[in-house]
Amino acid sequence: MAISASALSHAHEHDHEAELRKEHLMLDPKPRGEMNALVMDSMISSSWKFWALAGLMAIITAVGLFGAWGYSIAEGLYTASVNRPMYWSYFLVHTVFWIGISHAGTFVSALLRVFKVEFRRPFTRAAELMTTFALAQAGIHIFAHMGRVWLAYWMFPIPNQRQLWVNFQSPLMWDFLAINTYLLSSTMYLFLPLIPDLAMARDRSTGWRKNLYRILALGFRGTEAEWTHLRIALNIFAFAILPVMFSVHTIVSWDFAVAMRPGWSSTIFGPYFVVGALQSGVAAVGMVVIAVRYGLKNMDYFIRKEHFDSIGKLMLVISMAWAYFFFNDYMIQWYGGDKFTDALLHFHEAGPGGWIWFLMLITNIAIPWLVLWNKNWRRNPWILFSVGLLINVGMWAERFIIVPISLQINRMPFMWGHGIKNLHDTFPYVSVEIPIFIGSIAFFILLYMLASKLIPLVPVWEVQEGQMAHSIRKYGKEPVVSVAELE
Amino acid sequence: MAILPNTLTGTKIPEYKAEWKEGEEGRWGVAIDMDLCTGCQACVAACSMENNIPFVGEEAAGYGRQMSWIRVERLWEGEYPEVKATPFQPVMCQQCGSAPCESVCPVFATVHSEAEKLNLQVYNRCVGTRYCANNCPYVARVFNWADFERPEPLPNQFNPDVTVRRRGIMEKCTFCIQRIHKGQDQAKSEGRDVRDGEVMPACAQACPADAIVFGRLDDPESKVSKMSKDKRATHLLEDLGTQPRVSYLKGGFNGNLG
Repeated sequence: MAISASALSHAHEHDHEAELRKEHLMLDPKPRGEMNALVMDSMISSSWKFWALAGLMAIITAVGLFGAWGYSIAEGLYTASVNRPMYWSYFLVHTVFWIGISHAGTFVSALLRVFKVEFRRPFTRAAELMTTFALAQAGIHIFAHMGRVWLAYWMFPIPNQRQLWVNFQSPLMWDFLAINTYLLSSTMYLFLPLIPDLAMARDRSTGWRKNLYRILALGFRGTEAEWTHLRIALNIFAFAILPVMFSVHTIVSWDFAVAMRPGWSSTIFGPYFVVGALQSGVAAVGMVVIAVRYGLKNMDYFIRKEHFDSIGKLMLVISMAWAYFFFNDYMIQWYGGDKFTDALLHFHEAGPGGWIWFLMLITNIAIPWLVLWNKNWRRNPWILFSVGLLINVGMWAERFIIVPISLQINRMPFMWGHGIKNLHDTFPYVSVEIPIFIGSIAFFILLYMLASKLIPLVPVWEVQEGQMAHSIRKYGKEPVVSVAELE
Repeated sequence: MAILPNTLTGTKIPEYKAEWKEGEEGRWGVAIDMDLCTGCQACVAACSMENNIPFVGEEAAGYGRQMSWIRVERLWEGEYPEVKATPFQPVMCQQCGSAPCESVCPVFATVHSEAEKLNLQVYNRCVGTRYCANNCPYVARVFNWADFERPEPLPNQFNPDVTVRRRGIMEKCTFCIQRIHKGQDQAKSEGRDVRDGEVMPACAQACPADAIVFGRLDDPESKVSKMSKDKRATHLLEDLGTQPRVSYLKGGFNGNLG
């Protein structure tokens, strides 16, 4: 048995510890006052460019989203691309798209919190905000899709003397209740860990901000009892919101899976949609984290390459899971041998919209698999942002295939649509769905920009908590990271 | 006390969905003899006149937005001149006994009536989610994409018995329920039952070949129930278990007459 030993130079060891500190936020603590000042500074100081961009987003929102939507309410849905037999189109694509994006916020925040994954700490807030804001966009698209949106309150089970009730058999009703539950619980889950940071901001601001934070912080002073209550509440919420998160997208999938249609009536749709939501959502978290890192002051301290690296790994794993579920769904439908399903599957790949099907496979599977295995590429913000964007394009394509393209094929061949060509032939001018979608993206960015000026976008107390738990210990000459359990 | 469940108050809230039983006959039904149908589209025109169906105009119709409740289907196989055509097949709402559209509406805008055993569309209640249309295997439902304008002579021929629908709601064939009610009222005032052939929807009345026959399915002596028990009778997509109330008869001379 040969024993080989090589001497390490002293300088190298020294570098190792410095490298660890440079690499990991948790090992690179700053004094609390200094860190608080960094975050406060990022909220309060902003350049004219920031407000110019916010103004541009506000204009796009007003014209694209509310202008086009108002036009479609006044004129009727012939302004959109919906037609017979394709009764649902872009609006539902975009609803599912935004709900999918909203999922990863909670996934990153709650699941990683439950499993005590440490790299989550600086960007949980950004992810939770994404959940709430994306759900708002999804809601807008559901309402825009309705024929008579001014009667949308009929979806609420409001007692009335005529005993008109809502139909709890309808998947849309399940969906409505699930999304409302999710919106409420994710907003509460966003607010709870925000309280200590709001208290921190209250103590460091003046004027209207002080009044605002005083109200929002609910009198949090940082006593031991308050911290205990907050930790218990957060723990309960993190566990309770996870089944809600999984159920919401399962129920969204039931809108399709429960229906009596070839291509929709699939038992695997529930988990397939959940994984698809995570696929688009984690990619969106990556994009948002990069945007925050480079768009906001002082964020280079909090968000580092290690976070890009970790999010990149998550994206890769979820892309593999998505590929499995896609294959499973396809396989079972193909093996079923139903002639209409066969016609539909053929239409997906070889129909006029076949390129969308291949685009979906390339951007959802090929590109992440080819790019994200490489550590250096994962750590490159440009590459990670591009892959995140492409995954979102791919997931948009997936929903596009499920909703309008699948609706072309039904059980009455006389009423078959003619594919993607038909989609653009149904109206002689631009459909309102495009400006509404662009407007909703602008609205999402605008909400994010305003939020970054109103609330600390980094959960300072969570970062500080993590930094207190982490330390570098030396075993001999080797620096070893040790994490203590906080009680 | 209306908000309490009926078990507490003792009052019975009327059922929104009529109970249907496996294999139960419907009350009203249609039998269409596809060997007689000439594909003349008179039923389509008559239906539009009777039911105040919006006139969408040439351009919108070109984009596939025509709103007729009944359509005459015909499919070809092969290349001209070696074509094999299916017989003409008028398709309207099949008034399913177990209708897929009913269970998916979130606001009970499409319900099953207990009295007529028909599938009703409540225009006032519809919020326009269009889920019912997606779930209809017969693609029988049409949506009001806009408040289409009626050109000048057309507003003079509105049927006062039928609601004029506005944009954003779903509609479909009702088996001319206004005519059914009129016939029932007439029979009731004369103290008798509705006679077979007395009530006729617009499509059946307009059909020059008498290919569309309407009547009571629960009366074994009526023409429609005899026809629907004929060897030549089939239902559309019967394997889905929707229990359609429209029978299609074909096979006498094979459909390839026209």
